[in-house]
Amino acid sequence: MTAGFLIASAFLASAVEFVEALTIVLAAGITRGWRSALTGLGAATVALGAIVAALGPALTLVPISALRLVVGALLLAFGLQWLRKAILRASGYKPLHDEAAIFARELEEARTAQAEERAGLDWYGFTLAFKGVLLEGLEVAFIVVTFGSAQGRIDLAALGAGGALVLVVIVGVLVRAPLARVPENTLKFAVGVMLTTFGIFWATEGAGAHWPGDDASLPVVLAFVIALSAASVATLRRRRPAMVAA
Amino acid sequence: MNRVRAFGLFWWDFVVGDDWVAAAGIVVAIGITAILAAEKVAAWWFLPTAVAVVLAASLYREARNSR
Repeated sequence: MTAGFLIASAFLASAVEFVEALTIVLAAGITRGWRSALTGLGAATVALGAIVAALGPALTLVPISALRLVVGALLLAFGLQWLRKAILRASGYKPLHDEAAIFARELEEARTAQAEERAGLDWYGFTLAFKGVLLEGLEVAFIVVTFGSAQGRIDLAALGAGGALVLVVIVGVLVRAPLARVPENTLKFAVGVMLTTFGIFWATEGAGAHWPGDDASLPVVLAFVIALSAASVATLRRRRPAMVAA
Repeated sequence: MNRVRAFGLFWWDFVVGDDWVAAAGIVVAIGITAILAAEKVAAWWFLPTAVAVVLAASLYREARNSR
């Protein structure tokens, strides 16, 4: 159960980030040329690999309880951000994430940017792809390293993230357009729920408390976070018409 | 120096985001959980409860500000 939950969490969280990175690389490739965009993508991938290679083994040296405390706190702070935004989107307080609109804006900005050639590359296209992939990739690296290390199974988290990468790349190459049909808002909601669940679970254990039933309580924490989120969306939706009228 | 600042800002935005009060609330809640656990009190229930309170307060602030 925990292994499947770990792989699914890493897969979903990484898929969301890879979809966003794909949108940026597509915008850079279409407007500024594929050579610069793909070089930026490759350079960012190498940089990410170096960061994960340095961080992953270092984390195995930290005692597991201290690691779970820090990782749990980080995941909880990070997960609550996602969950809060997802609840605000679902209840109409924040506009929905629109990958097609983001793609159109990126295209426009890339088209109007000045041409500057460095090392035989269009520098704008290179840096746009590099920064986009590095920033989105850092989020994936953070998720894989934290999820995996707290559970002692970085391999399973990496498997989930790798599966998401392969799927997004295949679909991206086939479609050659931003993946606007991916239910990204729903995915982000699910990821926020999972990050918050893992954060609560590990931070509690890291703080020295013990869950009744150990790992068997994880689905109960998940159900609690889902119920809490659903109740928050319902409450905010009820409040909204009254606030608009006020 | 600007790069160091940008690096710090990136991680601040990445982990803490736009509601530092919620992040601070989580840190305090984890601290209280650790104190309860050290006193041999069953503390597993505290963090989920605190998360519910912190999330509700954060959503309330956001909803009120968007009026």
